Amino acid sequence: MLSRVADSLYWLSRNLERAEHAARMIDVHLNLVLDESSSTPLRQRRERLLYSLWMQPTPQLLDDDYALTQYVTFEPTNDASITETIALARENARQIREQISSEMWTQINKVYLDIKCASMEEVWGHQPHEFFRSVREGSHLFQGITDATMNRSEGWQFIQLGRYIERAQSVARVLDVNVGAILEADGGGDHYVQKIGLLKSVTSFEAYSKVYHGDLESRWIIEFLLFNPSFPHAVRFCVEHMNLALREIGDETGVSKQSRLYRCAGRLNSMLSYDMVDDVLDGDLHGYLHDIQHLCHLIHEALFETYIAYTIESAS
Amino acid sequence: MARTTTRTVSQPFVNYALEAGCYDEMFNDDGAPRGHYATMYERLLDLTAEELRYRQSSADMNFLHQGITFTVYGHEEGTEKIFPYDLLPRIIPSVEWHTIEKGLTQRITALNLFLHDIYHGGKIIADRVVPFDLVYSSKHFRREMRGVDVPRNLYVSVCGTDLIRMPDGRFAVLEDNLRVPSGVSYMLANRQVMKRVFPKVFANYGVRPVDYYGQALLNTLRHLAPNGNPTPTIVLLTPGVHNSAYFEHTFLARLMGIELVEGRDLLVHNNIVYMRTTAGLRRVDVIYRRIDDDFIDPLAFRPDSILGVPGLFNAYRAGNVALANAIGTGVADDKAVYYYVPAIIRYYLGEDPILTNIDTYLCNDEQQRSYVLAHLDQLVVKAVGESGGYGMLIGTQSTAAERDEFRARIQANPRNYIAQPTIQLSRAPCFIDGQIESRHVDLRPYILSGDSVKIIPGGLTRVALRKGSLVVNSSQGGGSKDTWVLYE
Repeated sequence: MLSRVADSLYWLSRNLERAEHAARMIDVHLNLVLDESSSTPLRQRRERLLYSLWMQPTPQLLDDDYALTQYVTFEPTNDASITETIALARENARQIREQISSEMWTQINKVYLDIKCASMEEVWGHQPHEFFRSVREGSHLFQGITDATMNRSEGWQFIQLGRYIERAQSVARVLDVNVGAILEADGGGDHYVQKIGLLKSVTSFEAYSKVYHGDLESRWIIEFLLFNPSFPHAVRFCVEHMNLALREIGDETGVSKQSRLYRCAGRLNSMLSYDMVDDVLDGDLHGYLHDIQHLCHLIHEALFETYIAYTIESAS
Repeated sequence: MARTTTRTVSQPFVNYALEAGCYDEMFNDDGAPRGHYATMYERLLDLTAEELRYRQSSADMNFLHQGITFTVYGHEEGTEKIFPYDLLPRIIPSVEWHTIEKGLTQRITALNLFLHDIYHGGKIIADRVVPFDLVYSSKHFRREMRGVDVPRNLYVSVCGTDLIRMPDGRFAVLEDNLRVPSGVSYMLANRQVMKRVFPKVFANYGVRPVDYYGQALLNTLRHLAPNGNPTPTIVLLTPGVHNSAYFEHTFLARLMGIELVEGRDLLVHNNIVYMRTTAGLRRVDVIYRRIDDDFIDPLAFRPDSILGVPGLFNAYRAGNVALANAIGTGVADDKAVYYYVPAIIRYYLGEDPILTNIDTYLCNDEQQRSYVLAHLDQLVVKAVGESGGYGMLIGTQSTAAERDEFRARIQANPRNYIAQPTIQLSRAPCFIDGQIESRHVDLRPYILSGDSVKIIPGGLTRVALRKGSLVVNSSQGGGSKDTWVLYE
């Protein structure tokens, strides 16, 4: 497979996952704001939202949910805004239109056209929740169509890879930014709201409740989001699926499994497979979450060095 | 048939005009259908306008859903349109096709010899058959190609020649497209759609198939492989998604099962061309390039090109990669060189040309130029290096201001212009607004020259959809129709 095509498939998937994540985060935020007692520091909540999405807070964004929502959703100068990431995903798809199924192209194009027609006034004036739900649904539909119409060759694996790297990194980041607040909230008056908020923003509340019966303990939440092997938004699940995709790609291309790429991915996998939540909580929790994000970043870089932007010398 | 307006004719043909001085593909001068069209005529009479309209719309939907579109330059960014498709096929009987086939084979053979000659000894120039200044001043002459041996001495492997039918019924060559001719995907798509929406009309008509084109093209490209490599890696090089023919590039790559690459996918190392894949660098042997000479290698040609591959020309000159078509073929489809093609055929083959040229006036020649300048309102003036209907003046439909502009341009750069009489292209029945009307058409057959010359029986019949218009280019309001070549 051409490196350029692999690159486009990978980014198409990453960008769409990123847009879906941002849509969920802002949606949950707007919903939580309704429940907040006046005593809770809203500014801090907004700040955490922005940090979770790798966006820089400004005084205006911290004061006003309208401005915040506009910035996260529509702001053209914000590379990570939902409209911008969806436009990027669509451009990635357009560059390789002949490589994906026409159903996939039609779906990504529809998501793009729908959001291009939407305006902030309209979204805010009507039901913001409906709008963000439709963005998430658009992304889910694309994934479903991809699974139903694309053959399971290298290209499909690059799509999986993009999605799971993005998701692992995002969930680790959300935990990293919010874990202080939920630990603090343990036993406090609004701890319930904080914790539900965290779980919902990574679409995990229902799945968590099935395992832990609605007892919202910080320790269990952290355990679930990091180490659960069967829930698709748990970091461990994402990392295992990254490894699966990498192995398939390695088999198909004949790249050595001894390379840096496979070592980084393997190390991350073993961390999440064998570490225990108590050790992590007793140790440096932020350091641990940081390591996860950093390893994801190293895997991304090594992926490029190995498959996409390798030098002539290393190839021959 | 409105030649005699009082005559009543069958429903779908009431608006069909037959005009003197213009060959009609379907009807002879008496208004009776020609032999090869007779069955079609009967079948059309059986169909109601409603039914025709229904088929037309289902054909249009077919094109839209398959994404068979082209991009129009200069409109809103990325406007994609479907190429208008006309429902009624253009039919060519086998005896006429036989002449076309022989004529085109003769022409492409001579032009390949001509290209080899001018990039080597230049005998034809020394023998004063073609003037040297004409060749060397051509915008598409590539000095860099002098003395370069191309695989199998084949310069033009893929060619699409524009033919028109003169009022007397003979076919003549309007222009040779020897660089990167496009449109073949429409020929194939038109046939597919035709069979889908009109199966009953198509059945038992004895139409020769066209769908082996992909295989034939692949074999032609394979034939060029350096060192006779029997399993070469072949790629199609496209300028990218913004190119007007991008759909065709993806279509052909898929048809042949070869990789569709952009310039940035290729790199040259030690004069060998590689493509960058996830499994490492893979050597490329033959490139079917759909990029113009100018843009193909920024080190050899236009340095500002970001579409090309740096170093490609050196690899080509070293014989490590084959290009189809070769670099520098444009000199032979220069519209002023066109004037000499009959002489070129006689010179290399010692035969009379089977397909004639259109009368052409070279503005370079003082006598011919003064004739052209005095008759601008009757002639068609064309810039020699342009194609696609750009840079043209159609005298009979021009304003005085446009003529003045062209007069000035011709005087400033006479080498750059030629003029031809306004030819009434032949007309064929088309389905327009619920009626069958006649419109001007041309014909672009596709010619492949590999170990032998192969011409796909059919081609792209382009239609000037605007009433009375003589311009068939897709960028200028043209459409196309399926072209049937019949078995004997």
